[in-house]
Amino acid sequence: MITKTVTNAAEAVKDVVSDSVLMFGGFGLCGIPENCIQALLQKDLTGLTCVSNNAGVDDFGIGLMLKKRMVKKMISSYVGENAEFERQLLSGELEVDLIPQGTLAERIRAGGAGIPAFFTPAGAGTEVAEGKEMREFEGKMYLMEKGLRADFAFVKAWKGDTAGNLIFKGTARNFNPMMATAGIITIAEVEELVPAGTLDPNHIHTPGIYVQRIFQGVDYEKRIEQRTVSKG
Amino acid sequence: MLDKTQIAKRIAREVKNGQYINLGIGIPTLVANYISENLEVVLQSENGLLGIGPFPTEDKIDPDLINAGKQTITMVKGSALFNSADSFAMIRGGHVHLTILGAMEVSENGDISNWKIPGKMVKGMGGAMDLVASAENIIVAMQHCSKDGQSKLLKECSLPITGIKCVKKIVTDLAVLDVLPEGGFKLLERAPGVSVEEIVSKTEGRLLVEGEIPEMVFD
Repeated sequence: MITKTVTNAAEAVKDVVSDSVLMFGGFGLCGIPENCIQALLQKDLTGLTCVSNNAGVDDFGIGLMLKKRMVKKMISSYVGENAEFERQLLSGELEVDLIPQGTLAERIRAGGAGIPAFFTPAGAGTEVAEGKEMREFEGKMYLMEKGLRADFAFVKAWKGDTAGNLIFKGTARNFNPMMATAGIITIAEVEELVPAGTLDPNHIHTPGIYVQRIFQGVDYEKRIEQRTVSKG
Repeated sequence: MLDKTQIAKRIAREVKNGQYINLGIGIPTLVANYISENLEVVLQSENGLLGIGPFPTEDKIDPDLINAGKQTITMVKGSALFNSADSFAMIRGGHVHLTILGAMEVSENGDISNWKIPGKMVKGMGGAMDLVASAENIIVAMQHCSKDGQSKLLKECSLPITGIKCVKKIVTDLAVLDVLPEGGFKLLERAPGVSVEEIVSKTEGRLLVEGEIPEMVFD
């Protein structure tokens, strides 16, 4: 087996430079690579393009990178939880590319799978389709969307092994598996890192071929955005 | 006039046995509470779950288990988890039978606007554009008029569009209406105490009223 382990987040992100394209797994704050975001915040980076379904909240997740003005452009589907994002966007300090969520997921999947472009019905007849190639298939209009890749993809998994195989938990899976395939360098942080051979190959969600670096993260906060309970 | 709970209750009557259903944020989320226990249905959450259960009790909260509104949830027996690409393959591929979502405006040909107010609100479309582009049945839950009294059932949407010719039915605080395949709204039911005349006056788009319009009945 090829060993992918690095000691910690700081070592994992050591060669990330300004103006890179970065992908971050997660939906809201669920399944985000908390350790890598913290390590990136310690570096003096600017001009980043960040691909992430959401933009964190004002004081957690990618929101912290926005606050530090590290980000030039966000590529996301929904950014409603972040007031600082909205402020930077409306004032023109931040570029944003808002993409339908399924299109974003498929663009990343396609990028990682060697598919340069595909046709989707999502956004046909809307401003999302402006400037894009349109084609009619069986009487319905579709627009062409291109595959997406990144210099670095940061993903968070529940369990992983030293060969880079990953298993996700609950809805923390979301964008992580596709992003793992689309990073030129994919960095996985996991809650529990085990020796290769420990995880059942039948249960692997992301095969280690997609992962270049892996480490066991520390101090996961796993902040909840909407704490909703029933009385039981 | 219907309150939000009654709008959700009325929409729940549209649910059919065996359906896979995606519920949007807001009133649509409430619909889950009123689906008949005699029906076998599965709720899809586009962040990667089939089989949304009730909110957890305090001791069962799991930060790794949320719905598309980022609320903590549980899973029902027989649930399945998947990634976002698979989730939208289900949606775009037409495997989800019914989509219920909110709207800012609906036009008489079934266009929907619900994602952007230029210069004011830039939250993004999330999964709404994928959902409305593909679902075979789309029901909209919304108020009939905006806060300043403007009709939200229009000839043409004034706000940026989320999807074209996709809405099939609308349940508002005043009425239940179909969007006809050839265009135009058709009045089906009116809310308790609301007259046909009031609905006509508050609907800007073309409205078809045929015969007696029954008043909705709630338990």
